[in-house]
Amino acid sequence: MTGVFLGLPTAPRGVGHLRGDRSFPDAARDSLRDGQLRANLGHATATIRGKRAAVVGEVPDWAELREAGRAIKAATMARLDDHLVALEEQVTARGGTVHWARDANEANEIVTRLVQATGADEVVKVKSMATQEIGLNEALEAAGIAAHETDLAELIVQLGEDKPSHILVPAIHKNRAEIREIFLRTMPGVDPGLTDEPRKLAMAARAHLRERFLRARVAISGVNFAVAETGTLSVVESEGNGRMCLTLPQTLITVMGIEKVVPTFRDLEVFLQLLPRSSTGERMNPYTSLWTGVTPGDGPQEFHLVLVDNGRTAVLADDAGRSALHCIRCSACLNVCPVYERAGGHAYGSVYPGPIGAVLSPQLTGVEDNASLPYASSLCGACYDVCPVAIDIPSILVHLRGEHVEAQSRTTPEAVAFRALSTAMSNPRLWRLAQRAAGLGRFLARGRPTLPAVLPPPASKWTRTRDLPTPPKETFTQAWAREHGS
Amino acid sequence: MSAREEVLARIRTALGEDRAVVPEIVRDYRTTDERTHAQLLDVLTDRLEDYKATVLRCSPSEVAPTVRAALGTAMGEHSPADVVLAPGLPADWRPDGSVEDDGRPAVALADYAATVTGVSVAIAETGTLVLDGSPLCGRRALSLLPDCLVCVVEADQVVGGVPEGLARVDPTAPLTMISGPSATSDIELQRVEGVHGPRTLIVVLVH
Repeated sequence: MTGVFLGLPTAPRGVGHLRGDRSFPDAARDSLRDGQLRANLGHATATIRGKRAAVVGEVPDWAELREAGRAIKAATMARLDDHLVALEEQVTARGGTVHWARDANEANEIVTRLVQATGADEVVKVKSMATQEIGLNEALEAAGIAAHETDLAELIVQLGEDKPSHILVPAIHKNRAEIREIFLRTMPGVDPGLTDEPRKLAMAARAHLRERFLRARVAISGVNFAVAETGTLSVVESEGNGRMCLTLPQTLITVMGIEKVVPTFRDLEVFLQLLPRSSTGERMNPYTSLWTGVTPGDGPQEFHLVLVDNGRTAVLADDAGRSALHCIRCSACLNVCPVYERAGGHAYGSVYPGPIGAVLSPQLTGVEDNASLPYASSLCGACYDVCPVAIDIPSILVHLRGEHVEAQSRTTPEAVAFRALSTAMSNPRLWRLAQRAAGLGRFLARGRPTLPAVLPPPASKWTRTRDLPTPPKETFTQAWAREHGS
Repeated sequence: MSAREEVLARIRTALGEDRAVVPEIVRDYRTTDERTHAQLLDVLTDRLEDYKATVLRCSPSEVAPTVRAALGTAMGEHSPADVVLAPGLPADWRPDGSVEDDGRPAVALADYAATVTGVSVAIAETGTLVLDGSPLCGRRALSLLPDCLVCVVEADQVVGGVPEGLARVDPTAPLTMISGPSATSDIELQRVEGVHGPRTLIVVLVH
């Protein structure tokens, strides 16, 4: 059963950031030539892999927590409609207003209207993947509303007019010297003697944003977990920019993908252990805020929750791909992925890069709009091993490759090759002839262990990125026939 | 059809007519702790110090002088009037001359240099203090805007792990879980303490 078959709409084109303008191999070829990018990514991912391994290793019941996390998410998806209705009821009962959006366009319209109703022409933002996905900043800008990102990495990306390249640390592709250069160029009134010491750079961001926090009237956030039974929402962060946005302004607008709901408050005891250790490699992140509706005298007195589908129900409809919705956005799979480490996040063309992006983006948009992503993996399985909610990413990748192949109406050279192979393999005589023909490859190899990549197009597309081993002098069946008779 | 009805209808279509039984959730992870209370206090101290927080231990009768000493160490010469207190802070925890949060507009709390609050519960294994917006903990902006935060933790508020900690709080209260001073890992994934929240965190552990 697939989403296409059921006719459930995927995320619309022309809005948001789920589709790149080039295929993964084309985009990756550029980033692979960027030595600085590869050095930055190699350094950062190696650091975080070590930290994660250490703090996960010290938890004796990690496997039990991981299985509980997986089970909670699976149970949530199985009754997603009930949990969303319960969440709406609880948030409303405690003074919040709930809005529903079919897609990115509708969500952007709702948020823009809510901001306009306050009369504000600027908002402060907590880092949020959902608002990146739907292109909210661009929609607000078009309506004359300035959106200030306040997470340090998002700020670096915004000031540098760059694109995010990692789920947790959107500016992972920049090193300290490059960040210093961006701050010196774009921050009004920054100390010209600013060094590239991380602590000094963090202080510059503090000074830059302090006044904005204090004057902001409207904040926009995402959600890590939303509890259906109590209406409690949570934001997990480090810097305190989240707390500033969630606490100081009069109005808070929270945008959440519908898959972020969890059934009970107790479920947080699992995810608040799994998430920080998997993402920043800390036992606990510095700040987690939990709020339920409106609290008189404490925090925003006007609260809106926007529930966004934007292709998620199409993902839900596919049994084999549904678990991509279980993702808690820790980015552990990015940090261990050999493909991500070399190609970088921009090559994926979507706000969701890395292994989880390679399964989530094509499902949200429909596989034909991100057809190269399911192939952006060596299927090594490291992503599955580290995933704190045990999403079997390699199996979903293979499933999506299958979907892509099935969807081809024109015959591809690869399909011709495999059809020929299938014919040869179903006929013993043809198979023996083919094996003997393959032996001719030994002439091309001239004693080397692999064949030179000299095949003409279209076969060159295959051999350019793969080594073809030199055929052995004799196949197993030939040797068997020689020694034992056929 | 409204967006609400349509999204719900899509979910029902996606899940199909004959819904699978909701899989059971097995919670066989740790929900209790066998360590002694003294060991838990040591773990809490170790975790907090690992995050570059300062931990001072004292007896119940020494809280006010310990808080005063902590503020002196963190801020040097300062006026007691620069220190703002959660309104429910017990009288014998209060350093002389400090002022109680009078409910002024939240942003005005930025004028204070330091805050003293209690906590709702402390989680040893992760070095986490949970503040719940009660008079003892104060409103959320109170523990956010002043640059130095002093939290007084009583020994019987300390539990082992996250499940025990969350079981003690009211889910619908405005909760803030604090694990160390504010920090960032956004530059080369290296942790640096001190960004927008308090750059100094001092925990006074009373036992």
